[in-house]
Amino acid sequence: MNFVRFALRRVAEMAATLLGASFVIFGAMYLAPGNPASFLLSGRSASPETLRALNAQYHLDAPFAVRYARWLEQLLHGDFGRSITYRTDVSRLLADRLPATLLLVFMALVLVLVGGLVLGRIGAVRGGAVDSTILITTALAVGTPSFVAAVLLQGLFALRLHWFPAGGTGDGLGQLLWHLTLPALALALYLIGMLARVTRGAMLDVLGQEHVTVALSRGVPKRRVIGRHVFRNALGTVLTTGGLIVSTLLVCTVLVESAFGVGGIGQLLELSITTKDFPTVQAISLIMVGLFMAVNLVVDLLHPLVDPRVTYGSGRSIG
Amino acid sequence: MTAVVPLRRPGFARIRTAGAPLYLLCLTAVTLLVLAALLAPWLVPADPNAVDLGNALAGPSVGHPFGIDASGRDTLSRLLVGARTSLLGPLGVVAFSTLTGVVVGALAGWRGGWLDSVLSRSTELVFAFPGMLLAILIVSVYGEGLMAPVLALAVAYLPYVSRLTRSLVLAERERPYVSASLVQGQSGFQVCLRHVLPNIAPVVLAQSTINFGYALIDLAGLSFLGLGVPALTPDWGRMVFDGQTAVQEGYPLSAILPCAAIVLTVVAFNVVGEHWADRVARRDR
Amino acid sequence: MSAPVSPALLDTAPVLDIRGLRLRLPRTARPVLDGVDLTVSAGETVALVGESGSGKTLTSRSVLRLLPPGAVAEGRISVAGADVLTLTPRQLRTLRAGTAAMIFQDPRAAINPLRRIGDFLTESLRLNTKTPTAAAEARAGAMLEAVGLPPALLRRYPSQVSGGMLQRVMIAAALMGEPALLLADEATTALDVISQAEIVALLADLRTRFGTGLLFVTHDLGLAAALSDRVCVMYAGRIVESAPAGALFARPRHPYTAALLAATPRLDAPQGRLDAIEGQPPDLRTELTGCPFAPRCASATDVCFERTPAADAVPGDPAHLVSCHHGDRLEGSTGHA
Repeated sequence: MNFVRFALRRVAEMAATLLGASFVIFGAMYLAPGNPASFLLSGRSASPETLRALNAQYHLDAPFAVRYARWLEQLLHGDFGRSITYRTDVSRLLADRLPATLLLVFMALVLVLVGGLVLGRIGAVRGGAVDSTILITTALAVGTPSFVAAVLLQGLFALRLHWFPAGGTGDGLGQLLWHLTLPALALALYLIGMLARVTRGAMLDVLGQEHVTVALSRGVPKRRVIGRHVFRNALGTVLTTGGLIVSTLLVCTVLVESAFGVGGIGQLLELSITTKDFPTVQAISLIMVGLFMAVNLVVDLLHPLVDPRVTYGSGRSIG
Repeated sequence: MTAVVPLRRPGFARIRTAGAPLYLLCLTAVTLLVLAALLAPWLVPADPNAVDLGNALAGPSVGHPFGIDASGRDTLSRLLVGARTSLLGPLGVVAFSTLTGVVVGALAGWRGGWLDSVLSRSTELVFAFPGMLLAILIVSVYGEGLMAPVLALAVAYLPYVSRLTRSLVLAERERPYVSASLVQGQSGFQVCLRHVLPNIAPVVLAQSTINFGYALIDLAGLSFLGLGVPALTPDWGRMVFDGQTAVQEGYPLSAILPCAAIVLTVVAFNVVGEHWADRVARRDR
Repeated sequence: MSAPVSPALLDTAPVLDIRGLRLRLPRTARPVLDGVDLTVSAGETVALVGESGSGKTLTSRSVLRLLPPGAVAEGRISVAGADVLTLTPRQLRTLRAGTAAMIFQDPRAAINPLRRIGDFLTESLRLNTKTPTAAAEARAGAMLEAVGLPPALLRRYPSQVSGGMLQRVMIAAALMGEPALLLADEATTALDVISQAEIVALLADLRTRFGTGLLFVTHDLGLAAALSDRVCVMYAGRIVESAPAGALFARPRHPYTAALLAATPRLDAPQGRLDAIEGQPPDLRTELTGCPFAPRCASATDVCFERTPAADAVPGDPAHLVSCHHGDRLEGSTGHA
């Protein structure tokens, strides 16, 4: 029904924006001083084999539009080109490194959701000294960049107290989870503060609304009013931060993975930039933008489920 | 019969957020930071780039109140001089994004029509790029220098300002005084410039103050990665990166101090910006 | 101490009896409610009339112990025999879910917009009486029909329903627990005139059908006259006059009541000029001595500024109570003199 049409329209819009993003990502290389070949090689000795590979990948002798179209076509076949530094397919590099990053982002996301929602809810409901403490702590968290959190957590819990490993990923899933705990915490800290403040503010807004008093006046227990009316109604506002949360998590993996030496795509992006491995940079940028937009799409599709006043098609709340 | 019932419901009492003392404290902190950055060349006890390897990782002393980092440089001097880069970058981002954002947003909101839809579309495209990612992409193309990341972040922040301005202008345009001024023969441009923009300025400025903190975080992150700020220029983000060696050696001071500087600056700007936004919101109510 | 009173008793005992209710709020100089006495019998409709800030809403909310943070209440409020101010939380919930129910001013704000109307109607019943969902929904459907709405509304969201219909939903919700007492807090103020008339007719009809007592809080004297058996006029946290509706409108004894009537437009006196009441109600941050209305009262004398008048019965009419040192002066006046 309505939902299908709305979903199709949003997917089409997302595809259009993704196309625009791919153009920006591909075009960025042409903004660089010098010709693309010299930029791509950037001082490396160009063996005939490398030059041929570059030519095959970027069709450097063809006009820009043709090159862009071919690059897109390759993307659609899952071909992200060849890494200049690693001399392998970028898709293979990604396949090796994406799982660690996704696990890290997932762990951080769980921390953000649990920590942010719980702290925000406690702050709004308890009030008083508890609320003030939460307000001050979250203000500090919101001012702490992920790389600062990474360095401090690493210094304290890994290097000084030796509770956690200082870096790397270890072998096996258990070890991996163990190694990713501190990075996930560093990644999540800022967002826990942000989400807690958003949740608290949204819940205080709802607490001030009359239907809460009405529910209490009808003998509905306070605990249930807080859960089913206040918290539930605040979720709509909380959901709108979903895109921001995921995009921040993805981008900050660059910093956190570098600080902890986690071999994910974040660290790969940092390495590729320092080594000017542009095909890899393009691929990772595109993946990050794509993931971010996919999350936004899910948020948009979920919103009417959380708030029946938002109808598919209008796309915005009237409340 | 008389029944005294304690009826306090602590959970339902609205808590006053960020009281005035905290705001004043943060405003003072911001002022001191700006002063320190401006006066840094005269305040520094030592050359921030002078290397004294023999004293590397030395603790606080009379000549070096905050100690010496792993490369043998005076931490206090680097902090003070680093404040200049660390504050100048975000200032550029905020200034550029606010100016262009207000122009774009006001045009879209005031004129509407095709201009509005074109601007909204391009805004959506920029939204798809997290600011840091766009900056990383640009820096990877242009290499070192503060200009490229500042411009990239300004472009990434522009949609937030322009969207805010657009919605404010749209709301303001509906107010009776606008049509009253138009009826009195003032041109739309005049009304927009002399009434609408001054009226929405406090909200935009409050948002820009908060954006300053975010820009500082992003730029410090870039220089932590070794992007943007040239390697030898003192910068807080870079100092955190350099400090990692010191942390591993067990002398964390030269890493903790720039971390604290970043956190305190961002928190101070956030508190001041939120206080302003709060005040404006209360004025409008 | 709070066992619900059997229906047979309700005919004799008042369903609501407020004695000397005094309510203090933080950061105020005097009690916002200062010795309120009020009685509603079963099947009776009492209107509580006053300006905004007179304390009429606080009075009606106190009946359900819905008090603002930091409030301290003294006195006695008994609803069908239960002493509201001393109930345990569980007993209080039972009272709120059954014995007494409130209809609020703005139905759009009073119903959670994110949940279905059916959820809203049945929630309290399901939680407090362990009624199975199916039975609760059946009752909700029946109550919707009782207020003239189709049971299909159970599946709808509040945003899909008009304001007038939503106020009927609110009334149906109030009836869910078979209350002995209904509190209507400006229940028609937020509605358009047509819906207002419908809701008033509905309330009158329900009172005769279900035999509930009704405390009708309003600032609209005309509405009070149309609906109620008895009218209580409130000023600055006190009830200054209370009388059967007819007597009060024909022969107001308190200068404030007379002034209110003079300030009310009436169809039968189209040429009459409306007299606004000079001055402002007293500020909560100032102490009060004497009669709170004295500074605005034309008939005030020295005694009015010194002593607070007590509520005395008008000679020959024990049901007509007035708190005025000069209650006899207005005798025979109609308020439109």
